Amino acid sequence: MSDSVNSRGAISIRNLTKIYDPDGVNVMAVDNCSLEIAAGEVCMIVGPSGCGKTTLLNGIAGFHSVTEGEIYLDDELLCGPSKPKAEQGADRMVVFQHGALFPWKTLAENVAYGPMVQGVLKKNEALEKAGHMLAEAGLGDVGHKYPGEVSSGMARRAEIVRALINDPKVLLLDEPYRAMDSLTKSIMHEALLEVYDRTKVTIFFITHDLEEAIFLGDRVAIMTTRPATIKKIVDVKIPRPRSYETLSSEEFRKLVDETKEAVHEEAIKAFEAGERELA
Amino acid sequence: MADVAQSTNVGTVPVKRSKLMKKLQNKSLWRGVVALVGFVLFWEVCSQKLYMGVDVPWIGKIPPPTEVYDEWKKIFFWPGYWESFYLSTARVFAGFAMAQLIGIPFGLLLAINRYFRDIFFPPFEVLRPIPPLAWVPASIVFWPTTEMSIAFVTFLGAFFTIVINVLGGARNIDVQYLRAAKSMGATQWDLFTKVILPGTLPSIFTGAAVGMGITWEVVLAGEMLSGGGQQGGGGLGFFIWSSYMGGTVAQVIVGMISIGIAGYLSSSFIRYIGVVSMPWRRLF
Repeated sequence: MSDSVNSRGAISIRNLTKIYDPDGVNVMAVDNCSLEIAAGEVCMIVGPSGCGKTTLLNGIAGFHSVTEGEIYLDDELLCGPSKPKAEQGADRMVVFQHGALFPWKTLAENVAYGPMVQGVLKKNEALEKAGHMLAEAGLGDVGHKYPGEVSSGMARRAEIVRALINDPKVLLLDEPYRAMDSLTKSIMHEALLEVYDRTKVTIFFITHDLEEAIFLGDRVAIMTTRPATIKKIVDVKIPRPRSYETLSSEEFRKLVDETKEAVHEEAIKAFEAGERELA
Repeated sequence: MADVAQSTNVGTVPVKRSKLMKKLQNKSLWRGVVALVGFVLFWEVCSQKLYMGVDVPWIGKIPPPTEVYDEWKKIFFWPGYWESFYLSTARVFAGFAMAQLIGIPFGLLLAINRYFRDIFFPPFEVLRPIPPLAWVPASIVFWPTTEMSIAFVTFLGAFFTIVINVLGGARNIDVQYLRAAKSMGATQWDLFTKVILPGTLPSIFTGAAVGMGITWEVVLAGEMLSGGGQQGGGGLGFFIWSSYMGGTVAQVIVGMISIGIAGYLSSSFIRYIGVVSMPWRRLF
């Protein structure tokens, strides 16, 4: 069972180029970028602000079209020259930067939403399953609350549960813990690692936080400043399951330094170019 | 140990208070009461004619609340007064309901369908700045009965505000909600009923609250201008107008306060519906 879960969710980005508004402002966000993410891998994407990390995510999720190149999911074409914009689908679930739980639904209703609209489960079955999954994530007693009534950390965890109930091949996370204090963040990391160890779902995770990147990732892809391409890939060979002791290990510090150096170079380039955040 | 905890608890656990008692102990309520009483006292004192040979500007010219109250006691038993009350309220709610019924779908269509917007938004924007009262003469010409022309003008008063609010609200829904729903497999219909509609609900109620206020304004002006229609009482607007022409100032003020109360009850009603239908906004 775990093998079959493990063998799906490989993403292949091949020579991807994205130009925003080619007839007008003509901003090249991503330039001939290639990246292979294995099934069940946690791939962390870091790079200067506005470099085009979210553009990659939007391409995979099907929120935006791509200009050139292809993206494959398990050898199936998501988007390419013949089909510039990928179909959105429950095989690729996104957890958004500012959170996108529906404020008018309780946490349980939010989680139950996917199976319900897909017609996989009836409403009461979906709610029951949502309740179980929330309880598994330690959110058993807040399922009846609205997102506005719980902390941002709880909301973000519920959002991950809402993604997982759809049994996605890939989880796409766009700086989900950006605005959190370091204490909440560490709890979020543990929760995500726990989810990963259980499901082995492929994770595509955008972040600015290099320690977060090394702590969570199997690989860290460092992107150049815009137009983005992959500058360097850092392999993180720290064994799993990882815990907070990992953070003080020498290996961890060495990897963070290595990443920092590469990112710093690009950040300076971006700063000098006076780039502003794209999206 | 447990005993100690229990015995201290007994002292601190508050006696269960009834809902009414809780309301009565609410400080905001008392501030409101004090403000209203203070206002009436101020009015009473200031309109007591002369101070050192001069009257208080403006307020000195109107009858004091005691006199208004005496007038009200008389008017209270006039069937025409209550008929007017009823008539204006009925007109407001009829116009308002029609405006909601047509305005909400119209606003939503403008928000979600580009073709619909391209065709209907320009004429809508040209008609919108025309004040409802400017429609009175035309609507008297348009409609066979005075009642219908008043209803039409009332409808217009609320309609434009409602549409603009619905349109704005629906267009401002965070695109991430739509993306998330679509990723989870929502169809266009699901998006509409489960994301766009609940997401627009707060704006629908804002539009309703503002629209309700405008309908009251428009109804009264319509009644004054059109002579109140053929029905008994003629409405509160007509009541004020005829009091001004043939009655007393105290009577005019009774009419004004009646409108204030009716308006307050109407907007409380809207707020209540809003709170009930948007439980997620009733937090903490």
